[in-house]
Amino acid sequence: MYSFDYHKPTALDQALDLFKGADDPIFLAGGMTLIPTMKQRLAAPTDVIDLSGLDVLKGIALSEAGLSIGALTTHNEVATHPLIKLHLPVLAQLAATIGDNQVRNRGTIGGSIANSDPAADYPAALIGLGGTVVTQSRSIAGDDFFLDLFETALHPCELITRIEFPLPDRAAYAKFRNQASGYAVVGALVADFQGKIRVGITGAGPCACRAIGIENELMKDLSVDVLDHVEVPDAGFNSDIHASAEYRAHLVKVLTKRALTQLLSQKNAS
Amino acid sequence: MKIEIDVNNTVHEVVIEPNTLLVTVLRENLHLTGAHVGCDTSQCGACTVHLDGRAVKSCAVLAVQVADAKVVTIEGIGEVDNLHPMQTAFREHHALQCGFCTPGMIMQAIDLVTHEDNLDREKIRQGLEGNLCRCTGYHNIVSAIESVVDKT
Repeated sequence: MYSFDYHKPTALDQALDLFKGADDPIFLAGGMTLIPTMKQRLAAPTDVIDLSGLDVLKGIALSEAGLSIGALTTHNEVATHPLIKLHLPVLAQLAATIGDNQVRNRGTIGGSIANSDPAADYPAALIGLGGTVVTQSRSIAGDDFFLDLFETALHPCELITRIEFPLPDRAAYAKFRNQASGYAVVGALVADFQGKIRVGITGAGPCACRAIGIENELMKDLSVDVLDHVEVPDAGFNSDIHASAEYRAHLVKVLTKRALTQLLSQKNAS
Repeated sequence: MKIEIDVNNTVHEVVIEPNTLLVTVLRENLHLTGAHVGCDTSQCGACTVHLDGRAVKSCAVLAVQVADAKVVTIEGIGEVDNLHPMQTAFREHHALQCGFCTPGMIMQAIDLVTHEDNLDREKIRQGLEGNLCRCTGYHNIVSAIESVVDKT
């Protein structure tokens, strides 16, 4: 790992000032991607700004609009928090499938979403649930957040403070897990908001996206069978040692079916 | 930079560069060589220690990050003549062969039985996803952890 200066601010303004004053700074949340990346010398920041002292990035709250989850909330906290298990169980279930236990004890929801790894799980939830990313200066709709491989709508000195999720009547997530890493080869989150269906897909393309064609078919007929007649084009999908683009397109359909089957077995909360 | 680090209920003062990993400080500054570096790519879990009571891979944590935290390593959970129940279970069930992965396995196993309810063999296996063992095929490791679950 290259050398860097380490900072641990205790206030948001201080963190942003440190960032603005450094040559090539980076924010450190849980570090489960950043530290291995720095060890491989794939990242060489001059200044590492540790966010763990910022209480404003912590905490989970329920309001009429839904659940608001602090950016520094770890995957295991999401997986086990009583409010999340009660009001948004799909997110708790999704978080419990990320990486391994040690990673879930350190990795954070804000870090995962800011990184926009094409195979991360939370992006499927942000898109599929129609969540909102809140930063120190604005709110960004989940649909507009992921731009490309490891690229988001965040400005360089913009910090995610919270993620807000509206509460669906029912929702389910299914993923095809890479056996070694736990990452999603493809993952599909299907949510039902009073008949309005949203489908968020991760793993297939360069970043998470909605499956609008599938959503439209499911809004006409919310059944697993209808997916048999949906074409999922593989144009633009990732092709690597784990799966070809064609296979990923196939998985989009299979995993959407699995998520939908789970969703249909739940009691409709509305 | 100079930091204070609480390891196994003793506060140590160490002078390190910010890019020093926690596992490096444990092994090279404090000579606590129980946490092993198996892969150095955060896959194998041999470096697992407890940070504020939760299992983490100490090769993926900077030492400067833990200045306010409590670290417990395999050396801190029991004595030779007064083993931790998980250590006893690993011994009784012959849950190791070469022993390289064992410190990490035990630290992760303690996290598992402390924080997970209704553990069965399948859930124990899932809980060990972040720990690799190249000798045992995991069978006796799962049996050892299961025996601790049954006793609690």
